[in-house]
Amino acid sequence: MEILQGAFHDAISPFALSYVLAAIGLNIHFGYTGLLNFGQAGFVAVGAYAMAVGIASFDIPFVLALLLGILAAVILALILGIPTLKLRGDYLAIVTLAAAEVLRLIFSTSFKDYFHARDGVSGFTATFRSLNPYPDTMTSFATFSRNDLWVMTVGWILVALVCVYLWLLMRSPWGRVLRSIREDEEAVRSLGKNVYWYKMQALILGGVIGAFGGFIGALGLASVQPDSFNADFTFIAFTMLILGGAARILGPVVGAVLFWGALSAIGSLLVQLASGDNPIIPPSMMSTDQASNVRFMVVGLVLMLLMIYRPQGLFGDRKEIALDAR
Amino acid sequence: MPAESDMTATPSRAAAALADVPREPGAPKPDPIVIADNITRTFGGLRAVSVDHLEIQRGVITALIGPNGAGKTTFFNLLTGFDEPDTGDWSFNGTSLNKVAPHKVARMGMVRTFQLTKVLSKLTVLENMRLGATGQRGEGFLAAPFRALWSGQESANTTRARELLARFKLDAKESDFAGSLSGGQRKLLEMARALMVSPELVMLDEPMAGVNPALKQSLLGHVKSLREDGMTVLFVEHDMDMVRDISDWVVVMAQGKVIAEGPPDSIMSDQRVIDAYLGAHHDTDITQLEDVLEAEGHQALEEDGDNRE
Repeated sequence: MEILQGAFHDAISPFALSYVLAAIGLNIHFGYTGLLNFGQAGFVAVGAYAMAVGIASFDIPFVLALLLGILAAVILALILGIPTLKLRGDYLAIVTLAAAEVLRLIFSTSFKDYFHARDGVSGFTATFRSLNPYPDTMTSFATFSRNDLWVMTVGWILVALVCVYLWLLMRSPWGRVLRSIREDEEAVRSLGKNVYWYKMQALILGGVIGAFGGFIGALGLASVQPDSFNADFTFIAFTMLILGGAARILGPVVGAVLFWGALSAIGSLLVQLASGDNPIIPPSMMSTDQASNVRFMVVGLVLMLLMIYRPQGLFGDRKEIALDAR
Repeated sequence: MPAESDMTATPSRAAAALADVPREPGAPKPDPIVIADNITRTFGGLRAVSVDHLEIQRGVITALIGPNGAGKTTFFNLLTGFDEPDTGDWSFNGTSLNKVAPHKVARMGMVRTFQLTKVLSKLTVLENMRLGATGQRGEGFLAAPFRALWSGQESANTTRARELLARFKLDAKESDFAGSLSGGQRKLLEMARALMVSPELVMLDEPMAGVNPALKQSLLGHVKSLREDGMTVLFVEHDMDMVRDISDWVVVMAQGKVIAEGPPDSIMSDQRVIDAYLGAHHDTDITQLEDVLEAEGHQALEEDGDNRE
């Protein structure tokens, strides 16, 4: 019971929310348009840093800071997209992966007055927390603190709005052009569509939604640290997307929730099995300290099996995914 | 050229316009839709295309033939902006197309198909067709979420798509994924989709490749009907029966150059064309060809071996 409660907590926490939004952005890039963006962490990071530094160092209003975060993601998309979107898909993957790492290193080593290196940026949540409508007397609800609850309320409403917006977009002729580009961009070009511009729009839109993930993650943790935006972030988001099913509106949402839920449940289960006077798993095989790493192995194994036997993800349509699964 | 063809009035009129055109490479046409000058394209040391001058007559069906590696598809790519030439200038309806992006070329009314068909396999046949329509408001990012802004246009496009699908006998397949179609049906779909763009000039790259004989006949009819609808057709083809049957004018390329032009009958009997493309034994059954060549001691092959397959 405790395991399930912990799993539920992790699966819908503000931390998971930032992954949900990052994975939704990747779904636009990879699932619908076929763009291999391996630097989604970069978009999340610039969103989080632009908002946090804007408030903490320059004392700009909260709403303006959010707009600044969105603007940062748009600019990053333009910088990455202009040179690479005319080239073959692999180049975008290389450039985005490198760019995200460059950004992380800049945040962790440079402009220490603003980015505070590995300490991270903090002290930007005052306005957001002052808007919290939950009564002061309520210190916690279920396993969540009052602050977490407020971040989650905003975050899940945001996820819902983004999903509805994407559903409207993807059923339109605009969405049809994106899906066609994923299939064969030369054919789309021969029918008079400006493929380059559509790819740019998709990169920007997915990047901005990634930046939303940065906002929620930053507000949830009340600090922004460079190392949370390493390459693992992007690959975990990709894993969630494929787990849930690419090119499905709810695929990344379900994938992210299940991923964190499963990760948390497997982790607690392993700890339980390895602890106590007479542990089921002997300490020579795995100590309780190692459980948090071993859980990633188990999750990895589950994902491998999933890719072999159900490559379209849990909710995907085998006939309509970017991965050619036949 | 059988100008007194009694099938329809249009082909004879179209052919009549070309009656006085000299049968030589680069001949000027009375009403050209495409004019190309001095187009060259090299790949490493190979000069793939080197066309001094070529005009394509409006409203007729022009065939572009030549042996494999003659540069036909490369020339197609260059004309439609999918590849950039090293030198040269070319125009469509009087507008220069040098350095114009392929999607803009298509919007001007010059639409191509591909040698290896490019249907969008994970979209339905009907969605493939709808994609072809130009000027869709719903393809704009801002208008897209609001169905009211584009639903009228979408249903008009759907009606037009269904008419075209019915004409190409694909109407029963409209909700199937395009990836489930046979090779011949994909050729049909690609042609029908190109028509959704409302082109003036349709460029077909090997429309008959891999199409079964029964479907071939209906494809021939479709190509002819394009001309009757006032479109200009330029096609690359290896099937000589098709070339003879439907084209008003034939352009022959070999080793990147235009080596001959003329109506199909005169082209088929042109010795240079036969040597370059059809081979001296084009009437010989393939099983007997080896014997014939052996008897001649491969004489012909040694004389102009470069031009052969």
